[in-house]
Amino acid sequence: MANLIAEYSRNRRLRQRMREAPILAFLFMCALASIGTTVGIVIVLLEGALQFFREVPVFEFLTGTEWTPLFSNKQFGVLPLLSATVVISFAALAIAVPVGLLTAVYLSEYAPEGVRSIVKPVLEVLAGIPTVVLGYFAISFINPTIIKPLFSTETPFTALGAAMAMGVMLIPMVASLSEDAMRAVPASLREGAYAVGSDRFQVSVKVVVPAALSGIVAAALLALARAVGETMIVTIAAGSIANFSANPLEPMQTMTAYIAQVVFGDTERGGVEYQSVFAVGLLLFIFTLSINMLAQAVLARFREIYD
Amino acid sequence: MIPAIARDRPIPMSRTVRKARGTAFILLAILATSLGMVALAALLLDVLRDGIGVLSLEFINSFPHYQAEKAGAKSALAGTLWVMSLTAVFAMVAGVGAAIYLEEFAVRNWFTRIVEININNLAGVPSVVYGLLGLAIFVYWMGLGRSVLAGALTLALLILPIIVVAAREGLRSVPPTIREAAMALGSTRWQAVRFQVLPAAMPTILTGFILALARAVGETAPLIAIGAFTTVLFVPTTPTDSFTVLPVQIYSWISKPLPEFRENAAAGIIVLLVVLMLMNAVAITLRNIYSRRSRW
Repeated sequence: MANLIAEYSRNRRLRQRMREAPILAFLFMCALASIGTTVGIVIVLLEGALQFFREVPVFEFLTGTEWTPLFSNKQFGVLPLLSATVVISFAALAIAVPVGLLTAVYLSEYAPEGVRSIVKPVLEVLAGIPTVVLGYFAISFINPTIIKPLFSTETPFTALGAAMAMGVMLIPMVASLSEDAMRAVPASLREGAYAVGSDRFQVSVKVVVPAALSGIVAAALLALARAVGETMIVTIAAGSIANFSANPLEPMQTMTAYIAQVVFGDTERGGVEYQSVFAVGLLLFIFTLSINMLAQAVLARFREIYD
Repeated sequence: MIPAIARDRPIPMSRTVRKARGTAFILLAILATSLGMVALAALLLDVLRDGIGVLSLEFINSFPHYQAEKAGAKSALAGTLWVMSLTAVFAMVAGVGAAIYLEEFAVRNWFTRIVEININNLAGVPSVVYGLLGLAIFVYWMGLGRSVLAGALTLALLILPIIVVAAREGLRSVPPTIREAAMALGSTRWQAVRFQVLPAAMPTILTGFILALARAVGETAPLIAIGAFTTVLFVPTTPTDSFTVLPVQIYSWISKPLPEFRENAAAGIIVLLVVLMLMNAVAITLRNIYSRRSRW
């Protein structure tokens, strides 16, 4: 009898396990999907890029200073797109990092709870504004009412206009990530500084900010990756001519904006312009991935653990 | 003669200078904080000023047109609705499935570590790269064409990492005693997850899910890449129809040289922002309802 019961329950467990095996397999497939996405991205980009590099030598692509794929005399030097990406991203960071950091210091060290409960949701709303809207904001407000009178520019598209809109996009990100890092600094550090005679400014700037530095640097790096990969703002507001220049008052085309321009038009599949998109995409992917990994490494390596 | 120690010590700052420095810094910080808010206000006012005149029921209920004043956002709204419904299904199933596997079943080993690192890195891939992936895989390789289905699959992959992270957080917030109690009463691990853990974690999962979906609603670049059409004169009726969505329609109006289309773009933006606001309101309400009701 006891044997029978034991066998019955063993069988029951076995049957249950059999029944649930497909479910488990399905869940496992779901977890695999994320790996599949990465593999897919790498294969798609590599394959397109390799085809492109059969037509255009890698060296020419990486060192050329002329990008004219839509002209009759096609030139595929990526440096103009790269320089535009660098100029616009760093201009955007030059706005977003100081503003975001000061916002974070204010929210973490100074703001009364009432102010915080207003500012935080507003920043969340700002973070949720689609980038196509920020692009519109750049050409309909920032360029005509800020940049034009200030620098007496002529063009409706400037790198600076796009960078400013991008800066606005990045402020909430930098502010919220830095604030998290500052709030993780234990109160005892602040109290210790007060006890030896520091004032609030010294506690904020010389104790809390250095203690949260790894988080702040990571925030800036993540913002940089986001800026490099941002597409719509630059597509709308920075112009559509590749321009090897460091002058932010000129129009220029970034890597992402070039991709958007080509895929938006009906470019023939298999043509060299179509393939160039994947080569530029691969470069973009490598950049953003490296910056992201650097940010994670900074967090892992330099995080101060306070207990 | 002055002793060396005293000589090297910095001259102490007077009380007034310290106070002035403190006040100046507070003012600077407040200025910086208000900058973000001022930018948001300027953006909203700018869009309202340009678009409110065009916005009407007729605008929402008309198809695109070569004359700006006759053009509307009907097909774009319908396309957004179509794509989002499918994206929601794909992303929810795959995202929650992956989260359940990683949180509830997987043994911590090199595989789960790789999946985790991979999800972190995927969250940082630019959306336009997802567009290229969708173009090569869904549109051409799988032969789905420039269809609603291809768009939805692309966006689902894009928001998958966000949903996985939110769902894992939700599952982790359910105390292990719940699982142990269920299994002590004879349920299998899956039954415990399916009938106890998942329902308890649902509010957190749903909140993250809606916020992720809101991000997908505003995405433009990946859908441009997979070729969402800009002039769609019909409402899609099957997942294989071609389509456009609100952000792509807005972009196409912005890029038209005629200035009248700017007003259409602004009106489209207002519609888009209202849709996003509604989604956020739902998410916040959910969070508030369930955070008041703690069950453990």
